[in-house]
Amino acid sequence: MKYLYYPGCSLEGTASEYDFSTRAFMSAVGAELVEVTDWTCCGASAAPAINFLLSLVLPARNLALAEKMNQDCDMLVPCSACYLNLKNAEEHAGKNAALLHKINTVLEEDHLVFGNKIRVKHLLEVLSKDIGAEKIRSLVKKTFEGMVIAPYYGCQALRPYIVFDDPEYPQSMEPLIEAIGAKVHRWDMGGKCCGASHTTTKPEVGIELVSAILKKAKGADAIVSVCPMCQMNLEAFQDRVSEYQHEDLHIPVLYLPQLLGLAIGLTDKELRLDSNLSDLNGFLRKSEAAHHGSIHS
Amino acid sequence: MKTEHSEASDILAPVRKMVQACIQCGTCTGSCPNAFAMDYTPRHLWRMVMMGLTDEIFNSLTFYLCSACYSCTLRCPRGLPLTEAMETLKQIAVKENRLVNKPSQLFYRNFMESVRRHGRVRETEFMTLYFMDMKHPFLPFRYMPLGLKLLRKGKLSFQLPSGGNTLDALFRKAVEAEEANP
Repeated sequence: MKYLYYPGCSLEGTASEYDFSTRAFMSAVGAELVEVTDWTCCGASAAPAINFLLSLVLPARNLALAEKMNQDCDMLVPCSACYLNLKNAEEHAGKNAALLHKINTVLEEDHLVFGNKIRVKHLLEVLSKDIGAEKIRSLVKKTFEGMVIAPYYGCQALRPYIVFDDPEYPQSMEPLIEAIGAKVHRWDMGGKCCGASHTTTKPEVGIELVSAILKKAKGADAIVSVCPMCQMNLEAFQDRVSEYQHEDLHIPVLYLPQLLGLAIGLTDKELRLDSNLSDLNGFLRKSEAAHHGSIHS
Repeated sequence: MKTEHSEASDILAPVRKMVQACIQCGTCTGSCPNAFAMDYTPRHLWRMVMMGLTDEIFNSLTFYLCSACYSCTLRCPRGLPLTEAMETLKQIAVKENRLVNKPSQLFYRNFMESVRRHGRVRETEFMTLYFMDMKHPFLPFRYMPLGLKLLRKGKLSFQLPSGGNTLDALFRKAVEAEEANP
């Protein structure tokens, strides 16, 4: 199994543990990742808010760089915003030859050609479909018996492109959570918006959305996420949200490959568990106890 | 023949094209997680686009409150690209220099400035540019707790991105090409 790998800017900065844990997990399941050489920003949510053509040129530039590498495999993208932008380039170019031509006119500036030849896949699609729950179950060294995990999908891995999951009632993480022995927290917030950049530009609005999610996560031992923006919003404002709601809404939040990585025996260090902004200590203690309880019973 | 819309409202033409089949059912509003904070609901805004109420639209915060969750796009019974329509309004506001929502516009603009300079965004640089542009002396303090947390976790880098390729030429060409033939 081999993938071209596009980490994106967040995974070099505030989401470095997402990068480390993705690489560590993929390597542990025997998948090779080939990082796109000299990749640049996908445009995030900023380019589409400024200039339509630029919002397609930026992802297309990276797809063109990847095509030049002649790897004959799909591209794996862990960040949902990057995934959406790259997918946008793929979809628009596939439907509109004139637009593809226009994108290429701009890319000529960097001596690049975008041929729309590579399929872009979100990490969650790769984990749930290409690798799959059965394979993960067979690698489990540490079970999470009795632990309850709330799967949080966010928006852009699910919508608008309906590729690997139900865009209203996502379920792709459930078999993965069950494969490591944990229970799925039943809630209806898995595919609801985290507030995105509102937590910075319109905090009074962003905090409402984060509050709604954290409130309904109560009862779970942890939330798992598959996007650096969601992860940041769910983790970084827990003090503020708890104060605002007059209720303790602190909860551990892990990236999905961190949780699955723990289950297949990767170390805290390999998964960079000390980089998460939420407090994972209670969760890790409980999971140790859960694991030992399950072997001795 | 006299057109229905005055010349000033023509800047709305691309958005009108996207929403002209709107049946005003309100599914978009009912699906929108941010509707509670908007001055006009999404449904209301589409009607205003059809009526050519340009000033009212660009003085409203509605389209800036779209967080691109795509729930409306998914559910619209007419299959209209509503999230894209919100984005197009953001793009028109930049092009026409209608600075209604300073925080969001400066946030996006400074993000792209960091990308233009180095090819990749460096969160530290981009937030510094944003704070400077906001010209609000106490604003950075609001982010102090988070900043310190990130610093302790080694997540704030004061170095510029590794793959430092400027995208200056690419940016310029994209903007030119878009203006020449939108």
